[in-house]
Amino acid sequence: MNAPAKPTALKAKDFASDQEVRWCPGCGDYAILKGVQKALADIGTAPENVVFISGIGCSSRFPYYMSTYGFHTIHGRAPAFATGVKLANPEMDVWLVTGDGDGLSIGGNHMLHALRRNVNMQIMLFNNEIYGLTKGQYSPTSKQGTRSPSTPMGSIDRPLSPVLFALGANASFVARAVDTQQKHMPGILQRAHAHQGASFVEIYTNCIVYNDGAFSSFAEKSTAADGELVLEHGQPMIFGQDRDKGIRMKPGAIELEVVQLGVDGVTEADLLCHDETNRVLAGLLGAMHNPEFPVAVGVLYCEDAEAYDTAVYQQVDAARAADGVADINTLLRSGATWTVGD
Amino acid sequence: MVTSTAIQLEPTGTPREEVESVVVRFAGDSGDGMQLTGSQFTLATALAGNDLATFPDFPAEIRAPIGTTFGVSAFQINFGARKIATAGDAPDVLVAMNPAALKVNLGEVKTGGTIIIDTGTFTARNLKKAGFDTDPLEDDSLDGFQVLTMDISKLTTEAVKEHGVSNKEALRSKNMWTLGLIYWLYDRDREPTVNYLRTKFAKLPNIAEANIAAMNAGHIFGETAELPGDMRGFTVRQADIAPGLYRAVTGSEALAWGLAAGTKLADLRLVLASYPITPASNLLHILAGMKQFDVVTFQAEDEIAAVCAAIGASFAGSLGLTTSSGPGVALKGEAIGLAIGAELPLIVVNVQRAGPSTGMPTKTEQSDLFQAVYGRNADAPLVVLAASSPANCFEIGIEAVRLATKYMTPVMLLSDGYMSNASEPWLIPDFNDYEPFPVKFATPDLAGDEGFLPFSRDDETLARPWAPPGTPGLQHRIGGIEREDGTGNISYDADNHQRMTDLRAAKIRGIAKDIPLQGVEQGNKTGKLAVVGWGSTYGPISRAVGNMRDQGYDVSHVHLHHIWPLPSNLGDLLAGFEQVLVPEMNNGQLVTVLRAEYLVPAEPMNKVNGQPFKISEIEDAIENHLDGTSGEAK
Repeated sequence: MNAPAKPTALKAKDFASDQEVRWCPGCGDYAILKGVQKALADIGTAPENVVFISGIGCSSRFPYYMSTYGFHTIHGRAPAFATGVKLANPEMDVWLVTGDGDGLSIGGNHMLHALRRNVNMQIMLFNNEIYGLTKGQYSPTSKQGTRSPSTPMGSIDRPLSPVLFALGANASFVARAVDTQQKHMPGILQRAHAHQGASFVEIYTNCIVYNDGAFSSFAEKSTAADGELVLEHGQPMIFGQDRDKGIRMKPGAIELEVVQLGVDGVTEADLLCHDETNRVLAGLLGAMHNPEFPVAVGVLYCEDAEAYDTAVYQQVDAARAADGVADINTLLRSGATWTVGD
Repeated sequence: MVTSTAIQLEPTGTPREEVESVVVRFAGDSGDGMQLTGSQFTLATALAGNDLATFPDFPAEIRAPIGTTFGVSAFQINFGARKIATAGDAPDVLVAMNPAALKVNLGEVKTGGTIIIDTGTFTARNLKKAGFDTDPLEDDSLDGFQVLTMDISKLTTEAVKEHGVSNKEALRSKNMWTLGLIYWLYDRDREPTVNYLRTKFAKLPNIAEANIAAMNAGHIFGETAELPGDMRGFTVRQADIAPGLYRAVTGSEALAWGLAAGTKLADLRLVLASYPITPASNLLHILAGMKQFDVVTFQAEDEIAAVCAAIGASFAGSLGLTTSSGPGVALKGEAIGLAIGAELPLIVVNVQRAGPSTGMPTKTEQSDLFQAVYGRNADAPLVVLAASSPANCFEIGIEAVRLATKYMTPVMLLSDGYMSNASEPWLIPDFNDYEPFPVKFATPDLAGDEGFLPFSRDDETLARPWAPPGTPGLQHRIGGIEREDGTGNISYDADNHQRMTDLRAAKIRGIAKDIPLQGVEQGNKTGKLAVVGWGSTYGPISRAVGNMRDQGYDVSHVHLHHIWPLPSNLGDLLAGFEQVLVPEMNNGQLVTVLRAEYLVPAEPMNKVNGQPFKISEIEDAIENHLDGTSGEAK
């Protein structure tokens, strides 16, 4: 493929396609679309080298609204299609768009393996804790007791946590963002893009029709300061309207606790500093829930690990170096042959 | 590389009896090395200039309990001085390495045939495990056969004593002792096997030498021992074979190479995404070792991921390939529908096995034709091809690549467990003789005033342009939701769906103009009876029709390689016969398609016992259909 010179500074709107966006008015997906377009403009990548791949669900309409290459595939399988794209052409910049049902229910297996293989791509999981496109059934991330058309008496199954799933799958990059927090999200997406390997970003997304307000305890302007902990590598974990609360290891236990700065002699020095390279810490942070804890957003975990597609082509190159001829006629004549005379 | 010249060996020792063709079956425990024995005998036989066909028949269990009937592994070879079409109906010679092997295979042996038995394994315990109430060597079970008994276990142990191998290792050379005896019986050259063993056990020279010693001891036994009755060695003269350079090839090898060769002709990278499944896994193994040919292989997490990754690779400008068997293909159905709707090239190989569900994974069947032609939701046409022999897999592999890339369509390629594992001699083609068909990707100038139209079409082929990501100016979005004609944008328009459904059907139907007209393999183009086959039934149908024609019956052999679309002249061709008989290893699938498509009174002939057709079965069916009215042909 010819990679043309980088075009003169594209703007976010240059990444929008001519298609009319058809999510419900007020859907969190609009904000994410805007955030992604801004992130791509900031990254400065050429649209022809970008591929958006999605499965099925509200979020999976995403590729149609981008001016890049796009493939809206089948339910749950987007990670496998994306892996195929990277196997064919590792130069492509692949972004995967999925939801909590698509990525963690019907497609949980593919998500698991894309993460553990560390295929070099960005995986954006729009978590609205509900099935939107099929009209409101509960999802694998719905809180227990969710009343939905399929669970009129409340859901009984225990929900899973997308970031804990990703960490358990041995993902090399795990982050969290919130749809409406436009100052925060594009930066996280840029980090995800810069990471070599499978970058998993859970994006809390408000479904205005079927699950409105699911994240209101931390995702809104009025609640974010107290409900959210914004992680920064190397920085102490401080949060709260007055920046007076923090997270520390509970003495004598392997668990976190919220502490009030200045109370009982607690100072900033007692707080945990975020270490993105600590998988155990990432697990503890990922498991924090309102109201006992703030919800952690930002990069929970990031480690250097070889990307799958890079390793695949190292083997291809090694095989070529060992047998530069690769001639079909030689192949057909390899092994035992015999001649029948005239 | 071993390159030898087939030479007519002078008979040695006692005068040998000349026979035209022989069927030998090696049978033993799955740990007895029967497949290796068979493949070595195959090579030696090919080098001796005979034509041949083989049939490996092994259990699903990797290491079934020793001595049980379900742990019996067998390898059958038919070789001769004439053209050999099948692995043979009934063995002339059965080698039974233990009671279970005798129990399982005795019923197949030709009346008056020879049975070679290792008495060393005929212990009370083994007889019981095999289900014998009385010792068949003592009762009348083997009456009517020529039985050759010897304690091969003991003879082998003695022969390898000097090489300092353990008793267990010594007994593992039993198969080589037996091979040596059979080499003597049919006057085969031992040298290629000597070379093979020295290469295989290069790091364990005493094992190599023990095996060679065992083989030589078996050979000497044949030369010197007084064999019962008038038993003596045989000569099988060279067959009249087209001159040239040959090799033995299995269907798996030929198919893997054909797909790689086709992809090279298309000037593409091949991306194989597959999930292990019997009997298709060999394709993954072979292609995984061909990375230098621009082949990328991916063992996916499941069958669905495999086909999806292959489709993703095709979207990105490589040729996506996925290989499986019936149950796996069932799982891929939804994704194949996407490839049909998105109009991307894709090759799905189905190495068929007995089913439904898990069925009998190591046993052959051709019962996935309906699945291939019709087995998806909605109107979802694609191309279906079927290989007819191990060597033919190479040509069909190339044809699959040609059609998939030229018409931007999935192609289902049907092989089967028998063809995949069986080997036959192959006159190696010159790859330079194949016409390249390089793919022409869409170029940036295709983006006109109204932008790039990913669902515009070539007037002749109706194929849409292929614009892989990375091409400047041709960014587009495709997907599983119905695509607007031209733009490919999401469309729920009723008329558009009708138009797109019609276009998808017309594109596949039109391929009939681009495939060879259906010919007749043997016999006249009109007449009393056409025997119509597809897939690996080629061998038995071919020989049966040939034999019956020799006897004056008016019968012709028609064999299909293009299952969908069918060749454009097939309806007219079949209409020229009074009767049409369709032998299939299923419960009647092609016959139903032919009846539906052409309203011809085609009749089924079905067999689903996990074994290929016998020639005699098809001969009998031909005779029944023609009421014994031979002599009216020509």
